[in-house]
Amino acid sequence: MNAQATVTSITSPAMRHRPRFVMALLALAIVFIPLPTGSGVPGSRDMHIAAAQYNFSPGIIRVDQGDQVTIELESMDVVHGLYLDGYDLEVTADPGQTTSLSFIADKSGTFRFRCSVTCGPLHPFMIGKLKVGNNTLLWRGMALAVLAAAVGLWKVRQ
Amino acid sequence: MEGPPVTRSTDSRQARYDLTRIPVAKALLVNRWPQFLIRALALSGFLFAIVAGLGGTPVGSRNFSIVFVWIAWWALLILVAVPLAGRGWCTVCPIPMPGEWLQNRALLGPSGKKPPFGLGRKWPKGLRNIWVQNGAFALMALFSAVVLTQPVVTAVILAALLLVATGSSMIFERRAFCRYLCPVGGFIGLYSQTAPIEVRVRDTAVCATHTTKSCYTGSEDGFGCPWGAFPGGLVKNTYCGACLECLRTCPLDNIAINIRPAGADLSQLRGRKLDEAFKAFIMLGSAFVYSAVMLGPWGQLKTAAYGIGSLPWLLYVLAFLVFVFGLLPGLFYVASRASRTLAPTRHTPRRIFVAYAYALVPLGLAAWIAFSLSFVFTNASYILPVLSDPLGWGWNLFGTAGYDWTPFFTQMLPVLQTLVLVVGLAWAGITARRIAQEGNHPAAWRQAIPINLFCLMVTIGFLWLFIG
Repeated sequence: MNAQATVTSITSPAMRHRPRFVMALLALAIVFIPLPTGSGVPGSRDMHIAAAQYNFSPGIIRVDQGDQVTIELESMDVVHGLYLDGYDLEVTADPGQTTSLSFIADKSGTFRFRCSVTCGPLHPFMIGKLKVGNNTLLWRGMALAVLAAAVGLWKVRQ
Repeated sequence: MEGPPVTRSTDSRQARYDLTRIPVAKALLVNRWPQFLIRALALSGFLFAIVAGLGGTPVGSRNFSIVFVWIAWWALLILVAVPLAGRGWCTVCPIPMPGEWLQNRALLGPSGKKPPFGLGRKWPKGLRNIWVQNGAFALMALFSAVVLTQPVVTAVILAALLLVATGSSMIFERRAFCRYLCPVGGFIGLYSQTAPIEVRVRDTAVCATHTTKSCYTGSEDGFGCPWGAFPGGLVKNTYCGACLECLRTCPLDNIAINIRPAGADLSQLRGRKLDEAFKAFIMLGSAFVYSAVMLGPWGQLKTAAYGIGSLPWLLYVLAFLVFVFGLLPGLFYVASRASRTLAPTRHTPRRIFVAYAYALVPLGLAAWIAFSLSFVFTNASYILPVLSDPLGWGWNLFGTAGYDWTPFFTQMLPVLQTLVLVVGLAWAGITARRIAQEGNHPAAWRQAIPINLFCLMVTIGFLWLFIG
């Protein structure tokens, strides 16, 4: 302990703050380093989503960034809606009817779509996911998590 | 079991600022009226939620009981009150009020020398822990899909809480309900350890020489601690209800309301227990299951959680119980055994397991905040129409009944959730590191590696659920 204390006492403030500086740099790199957001050539994607209490089918749809996406929403029982997080788009479908929504998937990542018309008790939880290109936020998040775990192991206090 | 590897105290009295040093703040805290008025308002809202649940529309998103309890109150509790004020909600909680009025034979302060009303029994020794609260929370979690969406069920739960709280005040002394039964109070207590505020004594030596202990026994200025705690012995927030009675009863001006470093209690060596450790697992596991059921794209899972009594629901219950009480603690036990192997110690595996479980407190709180951000921001717009039409009867009291459902911050939510989880993980890792250092083992940091890996694995699981 004494040897450690001696080493600590003669270490300059710059040296002591170096690990934190390195961690901060790594965090900034993880957040800002450019990552590929998509693969393939943008094209046209037509999707059919069946909405029934309290399920979108399919619940997860995948497209490439830049795709022209057309979603056909068909309601199988009561009136349902589809609101797409991040894109702020909405469409509703009456029972047994189909309506469509077209947009260019220009933002990459995972976006929830949720029923926008009260359709029953579990309405607030009727949710699906649209995955556009590479989910860079997830990769960045996981890298930050690894860094955060490393911070936890760092010698916070001697 | 009452302690961790103890070789040095990490409790520091430094870096505290006593709010009662501000005369206005102290006057507001000591005066009963501000607290009483807030509690009375909360009680009115609580009773109205019961009425709305029983008599209002069965459509949850149009009923006061669902929108104001599970969206407005929940947001206030988990996003503001618990992280910033710890037991702050307990300070103004209306549930124990009627029972206290009966027990104290008074609405406000002590009423002369009248003895307390009721049987005044002591809480059974074998139940002086939070296992009942753990069970109550887990039980409610199993029915959560119905509780959170059906106004009638919410009303019945609220009424039951009120009845049990009042009944327990008639049978047992003080606030037995808050201390040992309340399913909400259990997790508030756990997470209040992270809060940057505490009620403590200024000088324990003053308490030691004060023979009457009026903070515990009561005086003409206030009631003896309703939570049955002796402020002079408080080392963490878990069992202090922040009711402010000790501030009123202490004749020696020895009670402080301190602003402190967040999470100071997590480094506290005394009072680590298995029931609290399991509370951490129950909360972490529940946050995971809730996130999968309520925010996931799996319709069959939602239907299973909602179909009480059906075979899918029974399978859901089984999976929930195995995950929360078996898989999570089991994996954590393996991690804690690995910790013990990496840096051998004389302490028992159980002791290590319990001590390190406190590292899950900040991670669990972060997970609940991340989950609630999504749930609350996408549903907060229901508050305005319900404010104008709380029973769903076609009223338009404030002209906001026609306000459309509008999700807020949906583009920013994944980023916010990621940041919250990463901060929670870093905090958990630092806490694990500090717990490892308590033993002064030269290679203590190695002990923290498996715990950090466990926390990392859990965090990645949450990231996958929230933004994957």
